Amino acid sequence: MPAEFENVVVETDVLILGGGMSACGAAIEAAYWAKKNNVKVAVVDKAAMDRSGAVAMGLSAINQYIGLKDGQNSIEDYVNYVKQDLMGIARDDLVASIARHVDSSVHLFEKWGLPIWKDADGKYVHEGRWQLMINGESYKVIVAEAAKNALGTDNIYERVFIVDPIMDGDRVAGAVGFSTRENKFYTFKAKAVICGMGGAVHIFKPRSTGEGLGRAWYPPWNSGSSTYFTLMAGAEQTCQEVRFIPVRFKDAYGPVGAWFLLFKSRACNAFGGEYMVERKDELANWGPYGSAKPIPANLRNYLGMLDVMEGKGPIYMRTEEAIQKIANAETDDKKRKKKLKELEAEAWEDFLDMTISQALLWASTNVAPEEKPSEIAAAEPYFIGSHSGASGCWVSGPKDLAPDEYFFGYTNMTTVKGLFAMGDASGASSHKFSSGSLTEGRIAAKAAVAFVVDNPEQPNVDDAKVAELREKILKPLVLFEENSGKTTDPDTNPNYIRPKMFMFRLQKIMDEYCGGVTSQFITSKPMLEKGQELLDFLQEDSDKLGAENLHELMRCWENVQRLFQAEVHLRTVMFREETRWPGYYMRSDFMAIDEDNWKCFVNAKYDAASKEWEMKKVPILSKFE
Amino acid sequence: MPSYVNPEKCDGCKALDKTACQYICPNDLMVLNKDIMKAYNRDPSMCWECYNCVKICPTQAIEVRGYADFCPMGATCTPLRSTDSIMWTVKFRNGMMKRFKFPIRTTPEGSAVPDGGFETGSDDLHDPVLFTEPASTGMDAVYTK
Ligand SMILES: Cc1cc2nc3c(=O)[nH]c(=O)nc-3n(C[C@H](O)[C@H](O)[C@H](O)COP(=O)(O)OP(=O)(O)OC[C@H]3O[C@@H](n4cnc5c(N)ncnc54)[C@H](O)[C@@H]3O)c2cc1C
Ligand code: SF4
Ligand code: SF4
Repeated sequence: MPAEFENVVVETDVLILGGGMSACGAAIEAAYWAKKNNVKVAVVDKAAMDRSGAVAMGLSAINQYIGLKDGQNSIEDYVNYVKQDLMGIARDDLVASIARHVDSSVHLFEKWGLPIWKDADGKYVHEGRWQLMINGESYKVIVAEAAKNALGTDNIYERVFIVDPIMDGDRVAGAVGFSTRENKFYTFKAKAVICGMGGAVHIFKPRSTGEGLGRAWYPPWNSGSSTYFTLMAGAEQTCQEVRFIPVRFKDAYGPVGAWFLLFKSRACNAFGGEYMVERKDELANWGPYGSAKPIPANLRNYLGMLDVMEGKGPIYMRTEEAIQKIANAETDDKKRKKKLKELEAEAWEDFLDMTISQALLWASTNVAPEEKPSEIAAAEPYFIGSHSGASGCWVSGPKDLAPDEYFFGYTNMTTVKGLFAMGDASGASSHKFSSGSLTEGRIAAKAAVAFVVDNPEQPNVDDAKVAELREKILKPLVLFEENSGKTTDPDTNPNYIRPKMFMFRLQKIMDEYCGGVTSQFITSKPMLEKGQELLDFLQEDSDKLGAENLHELMRCWENVQRLFQAEVHLRTVMFREETRWPGYYMRSDFMAIDEDNWKCFVNAKYDAASKEWEMKKVPILSKFE
Repeated sequence: MPSYVNPEKCDGCKALDKTACQYICPNDLMVLNKDIMKAYNRDPSMCWECYNCVKICPTQAIEVRGYADFCPMGATCTPLRSTDSIMWTVKFRNGMMKRFKFPIRTTPEGSAVPDGGFETGSDDLHDPVLFTEPASTGMDAVYTK
């Protein structure tokens, strides 16, 4: 079957991988500078850009807006907020780099047609200090439209799944992948590559394992492609231990932001106790971060988890109380009724814009939020460096903001020449969210065009190496074809493993040994060592993945990518001998924060040739302290 | 609640140049069975219930049934998306109905201009100022150290 695959070669200058928020930002910015400098740009997405990535369904809020023009906040305010939320571990230069441009992108969204809520004075309605309320059902459609208008559809490749980088020594030379629609193997040759293929889910076992398997908080189609791709290129990773665990409405994972921030709802245990109040003394154990405001997301998680571990669950969001309280502030009966109606619509829109499943779950359990509280729970861990996690590549800061140690030539370039990272793919700069990710894409794209102008020579692409990659990537099809007839049920066959079972094996290891839901987010050195041993077997068996068709071939590679995301996570959790983010994970053998030894980044690197890992501590250099 | 297709309504998008649901699904789940010209969700357990296939289907053939492993049966959420708004009909298990209508965009479809009409910028490829800046920031200059 692989012999039938047509080889398609695309030559470009700047290659943008992914079609999500950051990639759309990159496409828009790159198009402008490319035209001026006679540079070619192409985008590759595994899905359709209109509805790809984490914003595919829509969103109900823009989570990063500084409000610089109205003097609402300063850049320094945002940097301090992010660093505090990440327990002291963040890159000031990168956070500031995004923050100084993010308002600009939000103003563009509004011009493109995104409905942003306004108050009677024409000012944006804030959900919280940094968040703006939107009618965001078509957020991604609108942003993708601007990207397509900028670049032209001829330069956009949809339904092409990217697997590996092509290297020319220490410089990136392009990427390879395959069409999920036709028998075509793609080779993209480029002078600069910008990676924006999102974060990862289904590394850990989700709470629902039947039909609801796909209903994780994070979308099932982002599988760690960014981490895998950049690891294979040899790019240094940072904060790969900083997973994100959102506390959301249980099972359907509906958003809670509006409930906490806008409606000022309380979360209580089954006995009416409020863990944020009853357990506030616990916060003093967690360095300066526990006592400052706002309380970091992981610590808020942790206090709730302590209730659950003590058997005080279920934990409830007191929606009924919050809504009644706001409505009762209206003394006039008619106004009260009107306010109630408004709040009800806002509460439902919050779900219908971004987590429709939650609306369906409420409807199927007859929940009226104004009458009845709803259960919330901690989800399984995800990798989303753009949200409240921090995992991703170690990238250069901008020349004017970065300390010398954090500057290596071009903003957002990784430690690999010509390879850039953005959004979930770049680390140590969390709380970018949708607006900041798009903005970071713009920053990275301008820098990538500059790199191409400064380094105009085409890197060498070794055809023999590409042929080798092609054989490796298409191998699961061969294994399946040659062996599926050897048993009466193609699912049960000793010669290959199908991608779904491979994924379940990975999830079981991570869940049980690396602090997933089943192990109450607790792990330790002996547990991690055992997990590593089992991951090593899985690494070997990745050579035995079998695929029946193109769709399954994509599933095979998604799961190899997940495996590497899992391994870099496990190794980094093992290396950092402290508990810095309780509520994301706890090390039972080092159950305290250790400011003296571990107030630093942990960076990781993989050598694809020798299959060796390298771990190191990197100092935190502050700009604003 | 994975998506499913009503065979009486699905016409396989035969009038279009591509199958709409197959085109849009971010997880590559919707496929057309060419023998019977009907679409189906090939792996409901990998469905995010994002409703993108539901919203795009020209014949309203696709619906969603809540994930069987945690959703009691009988409820539905049904969207009707136009060019500027979306109408939702939420039917509860106990028969209660609610309707909501929300705007989805303020400009005509297809009209998003990349620079948003802002003056384009400094034109120095090596400084940090992005192409619509400083105009799009609403400030005189972009912050620098
Ligand atoms: C449930 C949820 C709720 C959120 N709520 C909010 C909110 O209310 N407000 C807010 O501002 N932000 C919110 N965010 C954050 C926001 O969605 C992300 O910060 C943002 O989407 C990150 O952008 P990105 O470009 O890095 O990744 P994404 O937007 O996820 O894009 C990833 C892209 O990579 C493509 N891709 C993946 N793998 C491959 C491959 N192998 N080959 C080719 N292409 C590939 C995907 O198809 C996709 O186009 C939320 C995120 C989630 C998950
Ligand atoms: S979009 Fe609707 S009509 Fe078209 S193939 Fe899919 S289900 Fe059938
Ligand atoms: S609901 Fe979303 S994930 Fe599920 S089949 Fe439809 S488009 Fe795909």
